[in-house]
Amino acid sequence: MKLHKILSLGVLGTALIAGSASAEVRDIRIGVDVPYEPMEYRTPEGELTGFDIELGNALCAEIGIECEWVVQGWDGIIPGLMARKYDAIMSSMTINEQRREQVLFSDPYITPPSAWFAPADVEIGTPSEETLEGMTIGVQRGTLQDNYVTDMYGDVADVNRYATADDMVLDMDAGRLDAVFLDFPIGKSTLLDSEAGNYKVVGEMITEPKEYFGEGFGIAFRQRDQELAQAFNEALDTLQENGTYDEIHAKYFGEE
Amino acid sequence: MDALMTWLEAQLADNSIFTLQTFGYYGEGLTTTVQLVFLSLVIGLVAAVPLAIGRGSKRPWVKWPIFAYTYVFRGTPLLVQLYLIYYGVVFVEGIQETWLWVILEKPFVPALIAFTLNTAAYTTEIFHGAIQATPRGEIEAARAYGMSRRLMLRRIVLPSAFRRALPAYGNEVIFMLHASAIASVVTIMDLTGAARFVYARYYAPFEAFLFVAAIYLCLTFAILYFFRWLERRLLAHLKPASG
Amino acid sequence: MIDLHGYGPRLAEGALVTIELAVLSLALAIVLGLITASAKMSRSWLAHRIGTLYTTIIRGVPDLVLMMLMFFGGQIGINMFTDWLYYQFDIDIFINVNEFVAGVITIGLIFGAYMGETFRGAFLAVDSGQIEAGRAYGMSQWLVFRRIRFPQMMRHAIPGLSNNWMVLLKTTALVSVIGLSDMVRVASEASKATREPFTFMLIVAVIYLLIASVSEWGFARLQKRYNVGYREAD
Repeated sequence: MKLHKILSLGVLGTALIAGSASAEVRDIRIGVDVPYEPMEYRTPEGELTGFDIELGNALCAEIGIECEWVVQGWDGIIPGLMARKYDAIMSSMTINEQRREQVLFSDPYITPPSAWFAPADVEIGTPSEETLEGMTIGVQRGTLQDNYVTDMYGDVADVNRYATADDMVLDMDAGRLDAVFLDFPIGKSTLLDSEAGNYKVVGEMITEPKEYFGEGFGIAFRQRDQELAQAFNEALDTLQENGTYDEIHAKYFGEE
Repeated sequence: MDALMTWLEAQLADNSIFTLQTFGYYGEGLTTTVQLVFLSLVIGLVAAVPLAIGRGSKRPWVKWPIFAYTYVFRGTPLLVQLYLIYYGVVFVEGIQETWLWVILEKPFVPALIAFTLNTAAYTTEIFHGAIQATPRGEIEAARAYGMSRRLMLRRIVLPSAFRRALPAYGNEVIFMLHASAIASVVTIMDLTGAARFVYARYYAPFEAFLFVAAIYLCLTFAILYFFRWLERRLLAHLKPASG
Repeated sequence: MIDLHGYGPRLAEGALVTIELAVLSLALAIVLGLITASAKMSRSWLAHRIGTLYTTIIRGVPDLVLMMLMFFGGQIGINMFTDWLYYQFDIDIFINVNEFVAGVITIGLIFGAYMGETFRGAFLAVDSGQIEAGRAYGMSQWLVFRRIRFPQMMRHAIPGLSNNWMVLLKTTALVSVIGLSDMVRVASEASKATREPFTFMLIVAVIYLLIASVSEWGFARLQKRYNVGYREAD
């Protein structure tokens, strides 16, 4: 066993957390990017809620640890984990190879497809280089949808990149975007079910190629936190068996 | 050109961040930033001259609205102004059906409007200060020549005010260049937008932002030296006589 | 009454964050500014060079880019250092730079450069005869600084200080882009959720104007105090 020295220093009001060497899983902080309705968002009072938040809290309760949520913008979310601002990311993050080089993933806990959404009155055929030519497409910056659209259609279409999904929806409502490419549940909740606009899904649900779309959403950890990931995987199995998972799922996505 | 490209490609072969694609983004970003800053400065400058004259007017209905305009635009963050204009125009009833929407739909024009209104407000105050500082003797001399107010303004007051305003205006130009970095929050792919894209895609903050900082630094120096040169030429008569 | 859709309390909290951030950054900027001014006026070649390099770089790069560099890069930089400590000496520490602290440090660092110029100009404006007179009285260097140079310098520095403060106040809005919940951030979240950008952004604009007006009044009073013994500027 390695000898770890626990130091405590106060550096200009910065918090200091000492690393622990024990195998026992400690209380953790989880990074999340809001709003991404219905996966994670805030009530007007500022309270965090959503599928990820509830499932995350249930997982922590099952493991028997305290979890604190830390809000972090999407484009800084993986660097924030590396930087140890928090110990895990549970924020609709798709498991794919590019990210696997950086982080350690749990088993997928939900597998939503991506989809194209457009205003009901915009005529787009099945998305392809021809049909999207000259269109303005919205994506959230740094998402796999951004990577996919940039690589596939970046040369023929204008790609507008947004910091949050909310910004994008507002511009979609305003009529600035011809189409957006989003995780399906988020598009369903913020566009299809919204009162403000009239939207439709264009084309098929998209889950291929795997190098972009991966295997579903996973919880991300730092590579060296193997035990932590293991604990979450076991807890996930338990919740899926005892019905808690289905309960939370039904609450946010309806009965299937 | 082709030789250059192959050379560049060879240099970048084992670099995953600075690819030709990323340089393309930075290049487009540079063009966008320069366009945005240049256009807003030119329009703002043209608007600021009459505004500055009106700001010094004795008529309250001319003077106070201009004062209110500069006070509000200088007293609030440009970011707030940008949000108001970019998201605000959308809520003008029926605007999507008019020809205006064609230009307001893209983020470039709303950002240009916000930047122009902002720089015009600062420039108005700079000119106003410079006009106020016109030496009394110059005005008296013009009066003695029997010049009309208009002629005096054109021949005496404005030319001398422009020269006096030059150093402060040079700062305003640099300020505008730096302020334009917020264009990226309304999806414009300016220099900062390109850096944010590279950062988000490759998780490489140092490469993305240090590179763009260096470009801004070069632009700042170019502006700085341009204004120094201008000052040397136009303000030569104000230098203490040598010898 | 304006309907805030329940965002009122969070907006007030945001306003408080803005003010705290601005005041703390100003304090840091003043300290850095004094250090920079002394460095630039120092006879030491190295101090002079470092001071110049600092002000040149900071004033040549947009605030937002510097902020992103500090926010995103700063933590990674610190971690590289702590990781190095870990591998070299087996010392495992973690220093977490929270967003607020990073905001204060970044804004303070940026405006320290501007303050440095303000203070340098103001120190140079102090009549050297007064300093000599102080010396002739047998005052120590520190006493000359405290009794003569600093109070006289402040008289010249206040217009610049006031200017810098106004710009600094508006610069705090940029932290909203990085993710700190200042009032601009709260207002933009609220306007997107309620789809009423005008309401929230206008409120924020009014609060900024209020803070600016109050501080303008405060600086005018301060100027009067330091101007004691001088004719009102004509």
